[in-house]
Amino acid sequence: MARFLARRVLLGVVVLWVVASVIFILYFVTPNDPARVIAGKEATAQTLAAIRHHLGLDRPLIDQYGSFLWRYLQGNLGYSYYNSEPVSTIIAQDLPVTASLAVGGAIIWLVLGVLAGVLAARRPRSLADRTVTSVALFFYSMPTFLLGLLALTIFFYWLHIEGIDIFAPPGYVGLSQSVSGWFSHMVLPWLTLALVTAAIYARLTRGSMLDVLGEDYIRTARAKGLSERRVIYRHGLRAAITPIVTEFGIDVGTLLGGVIVTESVYGLPGLGSQILNSVTDGDLPVTMSIAILAAAFVVVANILVDAIYALIDPRVRLS
Amino acid sequence: MLLEVKDLVVSFPTPDGLVEAVRGVSFAVGAGKTLGVVGESGSGKSVTAQTVIGLTRGARVSGSALFEGRDLLKMSRDQLRQVRGSKIGVVFQDPLSSLHPFYKVGWQIEEAIRAHEKVSRAEARRRAVELLGLVGIPHPARRVDDYPHQFSGGMRQRAMIAIALALNPSLVIADEPTTALDVTVQAQVLELMKRLQAELGMAIIMITHDLGIIADMADEVMIMYAGKVMETASRHDLYYEPHHPYTTGLLGSLPQSGHEGERLVPIPGQPPSLIGPPPGCPFWPRCGFAMPKCRLEVPPLRAVPGAPGHTSACWLPLELTGYSVEVDAARHLAAVAEGATAVATASGAEEAQP
Repeated sequence: MARFLARRVLLGVVVLWVVASVIFILYFVTPNDPARVIAGKEATAQTLAAIRHHLGLDRPLIDQYGSFLWRYLQGNLGYSYYNSEPVSTIIAQDLPVTASLAVGGAIIWLVLGVLAGVLAARRPRSLADRTVTSVALFFYSMPTFLLGLLALTIFFYWLHIEGIDIFAPPGYVGLSQSVSGWFSHMVLPWLTLALVTAAIYARLTRGSMLDVLGEDYIRTARAKGLSERRVIYRHGLRAAITPIVTEFGIDVGTLLGGVIVTESVYGLPGLGSQILNSVTDGDLPVTMSIAILAAAFVVVANILVDAIYALIDPRVRLS
Repeated sequence: MLLEVKDLVVSFPTPDGLVEAVRGVSFAVGAGKTLGVVGESGSGKSVTAQTVIGLTRGARVSGSALFEGRDLLKMSRDQLRQVRGSKIGVVFQDPLSSLHPFYKVGWQIEEAIRAHEKVSRAEARRRAVELLGLVGIPHPARRVDDYPHQFSGGMRQRAMIAIALALNPSLVIADEPTTALDVTVQAQVLELMKRLQAELGMAIIMITHDLGIIADMADEVMIMYAGKVMETASRHDLYYEPHHPYTTGLLGSLPQSGHEGERLVPIPGQPPSLIGPPPGCPFWPRCGFAMPKCRLEVPPLRAVPGAPGHTSACWLPLELTGYSVEVDAARHLAAVAEGATAVATASGAEEAQP
């Protein structure tokens, strides 16, 4: 098992190196001229050459590639072309916002989705099952930006007009500034991010639970005279959770892409909004760093999923 | 009587129609006795047993099942849950799929104990080790922490038996306990069950499709077909003086050692559909003795004279008991030749097919 994980970590490092290299190539393939981005349209050829020299863009490509990798290995992510701030500072500023959104959203969709799926699977074709299935289908087919705008309109704007301010307007308040402010600003973004995904989890859990509840060992658990709650959760969900963990790993890994829309709709200054801005501005150091960070998330999430498999299933652990 | 089931009817609503899985089954098991329930797949034998302990979900059930004087079919879910696993233990067919793959064998035994008795984990574990020793698992103190996939097939079934016996039940329902096992292991598991019955005195309902399994174990045998009881008899009468043509058919399809070169005689045809089953005896389309009456009227279980406890649901004269391979083989070959639905005429019977 330890060897298996070590291999996965090594593979992860290789993946990150490939991603970084592809990004480096894109850096040179794109028609962007960083010097022009920095100096503006009116700049003279002399100014542009000076900037290129300053950025090291006039050095041989392989040389630049080497120093690019070396810089990243040391954790030096470069400086923004846009405002010359260190990229690491920008990321450090934006990460808490995205982390607030992602962690809260992930918890909500996991709990909500799994509970709804279990509820539906306990009595197939019952009213509860049909309700869960149709509500899930509704959110499943709802684009995030539409759901976000709807929620904002109904729960903030309309209520605000009526003089009822339960939910905060778009924007972000740091957790360290005000816990209640942070919470009221995050509720709608959380739900927007979570509901669409929760729908997927409800369907996934329902299917997986239905399979497991038909297993012989569930019949054994009932024959032992265990309570129904214990049969469902301790015996059923424990076995049905494997595909859910897989899906959760994928979703958490790719969440950085998923938060872009939600952050934009709610004006949250997180990594999602940042990458959107940096791409528009041609701010390559920021774009590259966030892209590599996103790839690192995927790699880490995958390794964690493998480790969790081993915790769940003794047959994986011992083989 | 420890368990007395009367007029049990079980049906399942399905999109294709109502499946009448069990159609008026009555039987009784005395304390410490063994009842063998024999039938093909779909004969209703497993459904009968599982309904009695409330394990058939989504079924319509009527009738009564008195266990130690209380009707199991009228109990609340919670009352029945308390009986299940403590007073009635169950052993299922496939021990690999019947044990939870994610939990240690010992834990699964402890869980059964702690579901019914307030004991500490340590005490439950001590008893789990003891039970594993009782069912013949070597080094029980070490194997208690193994997972099911680390056990062999026979050991898994022994572990299932340990779970069933964890609370010293007065009845164990064994639903095809040896079907998924190798033949040599089958014999060991049956020996184990016999030994445990002698030591602990529980009654056993042994459900099987194999008459050979219960030949030296059952006190009484009940033959089921298409949700109905065809014949009940003591073990001796069933093997030596069977009455029902289905029973003789089952005996004829049993391989016998020492009869080299002898052909097995299958029963031609298939059991009827249990969705809207036709009137009359369910076995008549496959029966070598079918008479016009058999197609129209369901034969009731009637007592075979001179043999207490021997009943048969067949219109043939009740004196016509006994079994001979040669006669039976000839009868079946004739039936096969004429096609499964052709009706052979017994003595004095008139033309059946229009």
